[in-house]
Amino acid sequence: MGKAKRLGLKERYSLMTRGLDWETTYQPMDQVFPYDKYEGIKIVDWDKWEDPFRLTMESYWKYQSEKERKLYAILDAFQQNNGQLNISDARYMSAVKLWLQGITPLEYAAHRGFAHAGRAFRGAGARVACQMQSIDELRHAQTQLHAFSHYNKFFNGMHGFAHIRDRAWYLSIPKSFFEDAMSAGPFEFVTSISFAFEYVLTNLLFMPFVSGAAYNGDMATTTFGFSAQSDESRHMTLGLEVVKFMLEQHEDNVPIVQAWLDKWFWRGYRLLGLVGTMMDYMLPKKVMSWNEAWEIYWEENGIALFHDLSRYGIRLPKYHEVATKEKNRVTHELWATLYQYGNALGLHTWVPEDDELDWMSEKYGELFDTMYRPRLLFMRDQENAGKRYFNNRLPMVCQVCQIPVFFTEPDDPQKICVRIVEWADTKHHCCSDGCADIFNREPEKFVQSLIPPQQIYRGEAGGARDIFEYAEWLHLKKDVDTGEYRGSPDHENWEAWRLEKPTPQTNSDKAA
Amino acid sequence: MADKVFIALQNNSEAQAIIEAILEDNTNAIANESPGMVKIDCPGRLVVRRETVAEKMGREFDLQEIHINLISIGGNIDETDDEFVLSWNS
Repeated sequence: MGKAKRLGLKERYSLMTRGLDWETTYQPMDQVFPYDKYEGIKIVDWDKWEDPFRLTMESYWKYQSEKERKLYAILDAFQQNNGQLNISDARYMSAVKLWLQGITPLEYAAHRGFAHAGRAFRGAGARVACQMQSIDELRHAQTQLHAFSHYNKFFNGMHGFAHIRDRAWYLSIPKSFFEDAMSAGPFEFVTSISFAFEYVLTNLLFMPFVSGAAYNGDMATTTFGFSAQSDESRHMTLGLEVVKFMLEQHEDNVPIVQAWLDKWFWRGYRLLGLVGTMMDYMLPKKVMSWNEAWEIYWEENGIALFHDLSRYGIRLPKYHEVATKEKNRVTHELWATLYQYGNALGLHTWVPEDDELDWMSEKYGELFDTMYRPRLLFMRDQENAGKRYFNNRLPMVCQVCQIPVFFTEPDDPQKICVRIVEWADTKHHCCSDGCADIFNREPEKFVQSLIPPQQIYRGEAGGARDIFEYAEWLHLKKDVDTGEYRGSPDHENWEAWRLEKPTPQTNSDKAA
Repeated sequence: MADKVFIALQNNSEAQAIIEAILEDNTNAIANESPGMVKIDCPGRLVVRRETVAEKMGREFDLQEIHINLISIGGNIDETDDEFVLSWNS
């Protein structure tokens, strides 16, 4: 018997993945898959779906288990060798805390969202891709919690991520982003998360920020970050594939997809302002500034992607030029906001050191020197005079992105940008034209947003009457989990460990 | 000039062979290093060839092994047993 010719990758993949599903007969297909038509997307032939990575489930498990083995070997080494002492500075931990509180729950939400989207698509190729991504996202949530759990033994503010995720005003920014996507139809969900968020924007999170974690000695975050990002390449490919698939299937899909790209580009960009702030302010050793990252990953790589899609009649997302105009200020405006609302944050804030201010001057130039450096120096003077500034009222937040309304006009960095939208005799506030457009396109949806400051003032936060009672309701201890970094238990512990290198104390010895 | 495609890989010893192979097979590619990773940009099109990587590693190499050290990509993918190609159509 002659040896059979080995099949090529394309043939193997086709044989392993096609013809496995069937047309239902006991129930009509439209009742088995009730959600994949109402958004208006027309699919003529699901078999035209192409998965560019051609990964079968067998290879998927093989490579995922290899990634896990590598990851856990490193996490063991990190824990056994007191890896927490190797970070550049304990201020760095604010970035880790924000990741744990804000980003890890998104991974879990993505796991749920892709399980749902996968069930909703009647094409088997799309279902398998969503299934893999759903499993990946659960892996990301678990590995992040596992990696961060070691830091929780030594630093404050990490004890109740699941509790504050549903209660903290600043965490409603990422939470509402994902819940908007999850409450949309399956095509919009995949466009929003896999394409707009993962392909266009998460390079900014997982590349410069994780590289920054490496530079700041955080072996745990670097390892799970890059391990997660290796899955992310597959997710990005799914995102691009689903967009091209919709555009190729029917011309009526083009305006629907364009509207989603406009919406989710802007929502994703607003959310990533938090990541930019992590890069510019929370990394004691700087790798790349937000404006540089924006230039590489959006102005170069992101725009290249949209050039590629222009053959389908897709144009650049609306307000991309506003995002580019804001690149030199958005992180400074956000940090000033986090700094002043520090009594209701599960992480610390501070005024950067002189060498950091010089780095910002170098990266951001005249605008930083005329607007933001003087403000930061004023804050420092106030602090040195014993008057560290806290704004103990609750901010008005945008009805769409839920970020406090503090961004400035696209053409005037000295004027606050507010847009008032109306629907059914009620007025709502938005931070930008981008968010106002999103509201006006789906007012019935966004009028229902649960806005944390409004809820708190209504007594829905355990009856809290001020910001301090509110922080208690979040299970955050004043000046331990919240507030200024200088003089905090995290700061004092860090100094003690660094100078004397004794056996590290745990939180309960020092803080509780 | 054509828009750039890119591939980013973890900067570890296994990926080093892949990076070397890419730079050898794509004369216009430029490697940009930052902590923990290498991002390789190339105008228009970039190819990862199985044979070249296997030569650099000194062992057989399955192109799908690239998933283990891959960080990110920009471009449309076309993958066969022998080549992993990134390109823009514009």
